Amino acid sequence: MSLPDFMMIFTSSAGLSLLVWLIISVVLLYMARKPAHKAIFSVSKILFYALRLFSSSVLLAEKRLKHRNKEVLLSAGKEAKERIIEREFERIDAFVKKDLSRFPTLQREVMDSVTKLDEDYQKSTEIPPAPPGWTKAIEPIAAIPPSEDSMVAEILKSIKEALDKGQEKALEAYRKSSENRHKYLKNMVPTLRHINKSVDDLDKNVQVLLERSSTVDRHMDEYKEINNKTDRAAQMLSSSSMTQFFIAGFVLAIAIGGAFINFNLISRPMQEMVGGSVYMMGFKVADIAALVIILVEVSMGLFLMESVRITRLFPIIGALDDKIRVRMMITSFVFLFLLASVEAGLAYMRELLSADDAALVAGLLGGVATENVDASARWITTAAQMGMGFILPFALTFIAIPLESFIHSTRTVFGVIAVAFLRIFALGLRFIGNLSRYSGKSLVNIYDLIIFFPLWVESLVSGEKTSKVQNIKLHELKVVQEEVGDAVVKKRATRKTVAKKVVNKKEEKIEEKDNV
Amino acid sequence: MKSYILAFLLIVGFSACSTGPHKAHNRGVYMLIDTSGTYTKELDKAQQIINYTLSQLQSGDSFVVASIDTGSFSEKDIIAKVSFSDRPSQANQQKRAFQQKVKQYIKGVKSSAYTDITGGILLATEYLNERDTRKKTIMIFSDMKQELKKGYIRDIPLKLEGFEAIALNVTKLRSDNIDPREYMDRIKLWKGKVEKGEGKWEVINDLERLDQIIKE
Repeated sequence: MSLPDFMMIFTSSAGLSLLVWLIISVVLLYMARKPAHKAIFSVSKILFYALRLFSSSVLLAEKRLKHRNKEVLLSAGKEAKERIIEREFERIDAFVKKDLSRFPTLQREVMDSVTKLDEDYQKSTEIPPAPPGWTKAIEPIAAIPPSEDSMVAEILKSIKEALDKGQEKALEAYRKSSENRHKYLKNMVPTLRHINKSVDDLDKNVQVLLERSSTVDRHMDEYKEINNKTDRAAQMLSSSSMTQFFIAGFVLAIAIGGAFINFNLISRPMQEMVGGSVYMMGFKVADIAALVIILVEVSMGLFLMESVRITRLFPIIGALDDKIRVRMMITSFVFLFLLASVEAGLAYMRELLSADDAALVAGLLGGVATENVDASARWITTAAQMGMGFILPFALTFIAIPLESFIHSTRTVFGVIAVAFLRIFALGLRFIGNLSRYSGKSLVNIYDLIIFFPLWVESLVSGEKTSKVQNIKLHELKVVQEEVGDAVVKKRATRKTVAKKVVNKKEEKIEEKDNV
Repeated sequence: MKSYILAFLLIVGFSACSTGPHKAHNRGVYMLIDTSGTYTKELDKAQQIINYTLSQLQSGDSFVVASIDTGSFSEKDIIAKVSFSDRPSQANQQKRAFQQKVKQYIKGVKSSAYTDITGGILLATEYLNERDTRKKTIMIFSDMKQELKKGYIRDIPLKLEGFEAIALNVTKLRSDNIDPREYMDRIKLWKGKVEKGEGKWEVINDLERLDQIIKE
């Protein structure tokens, strides 16, 4: 190791020079000890307080952001809940209009059936047949005792026959009336079934209505909680948002895959339209055109979904007059249809180009590749490509739904991430602040370690002085103790404990020195 | 204000378009075919390479096939040249026509007495510089033994900055078999010439490695 020339105090010995420099620097450091300590402490304190302040402000910002996130979350949740409740009411309304509007008719039908039943029941009641009037007149004749007179016997016989005939007729009439009554009763069965069915239907409808109303109740409860801005509601909405974010992200990733396939399907034939070697900003114009077509399709899909009011990304479309909205819906659909047709055409063109390329390559490389190709089956791939070209734009339309969820949930997710980041940042700042504070203390200790030798000498010198002074003080203290008495000393024992300990230690040290 | 913004956008758009088609993204391939002496027997391989190159080139690219004979620094030596159309279907037609042209030439080729490789390279650099292609490749299908006719001056330094020179099918001559150092010296000589001219040099003798020729 060599020292610079200006540091060489002794030209013959670098080590000696270094030692001298070391001593000089140690002495200088010892001399500057107090201001150096102050400077180190002040710097570390400044850093500590500045970082602490910064950390506090970051925490404040985090708190504000958290509050804002909650507000946004609750507002979004409120809006979503309102939509759900609105839909539920619309469903109930539709249900009431569709099914319960038949209620008066049903009631009338039931009433008619009941009346008819009542009538039939009345008709079916059994009325005992009235005994014929002339039987009473015959009764005295019948009471005549049988005699030998053939005339009388003849009369009685004819009367008996007449009676039998009358009974038979009455029985016949009774049977007929019974049959009629049974018929009425039989006719009552379908009416009863009809009434039963109508009542069942009504019961089912009422059950459905009750279920719907309980759903509305549940949503209303949640809505109330959101309105009251409770933590539970915020937590519920936050977790729901996270779920939505991941699900929507997954569906969007699938949709992007579909868009990529779509892009590959039309980018090559696009070269026929806009040229294959024209570039714009480093990208092929054909690729840009293909991408633009896909993006226009997605936009049309968004407008279509907005017009149908499935999504609400553009409030202005939702707020349009119904007539204009329907027109917009039709226009979007027509554009989408035309673009899908264009894509189908391009897909067909792609197939032609591929066939041409394959034929060219086969011709150039010796025609080996074409030998085993069955050209008759090419229509399958052509049809498949055209079908994909036509269907994919319509499938891409449905991107709007996950996109809406994704956009809404992204705000929440990013908010949560930002809060977490701010919290970690604040924690980091506080940690660095504390580190600077304790590192200041450590630096002071290291400083003292470097100048340990002068400090040791100082402690030796000052130790002797202080021991003498302390001996005198101790002596004075003993005298005072003796004078004032033990009681006073005991009273103040707690206060003097530390001082006593120090004094005891000093005494021990002095004794050790004396011994040495 | 709106008109200014529109004008600005139009200028940016047109400037982006104008830098486009042939300047920054296309490739230029110039292939020199040695027709001297017995090397004409190797021309079938040259046709394979031409066909392969044709299959790899895209719309907007340029391709020239020229022969190396007694005096190669002449447009008369260009067998076929083409700049492929922007439309892929038309480009395919051009490729077919190009292939036919080369095929006919190879059928009726006559061998030349001398081999002027430097002249061919000079013509190739001139052509490709004029086309201003992004990637410039000169393929030399030859045994790389230059034999100049008396009076022809070819001691000219090559300027090949941005060029890639590929020597294809550098066959070993009978004398090379006796003393391989001759072959090595030949290769070394041309490598030195190309690299001195700030060009890249490569030798591909194995035609299975044709995909190395037109790599991106």
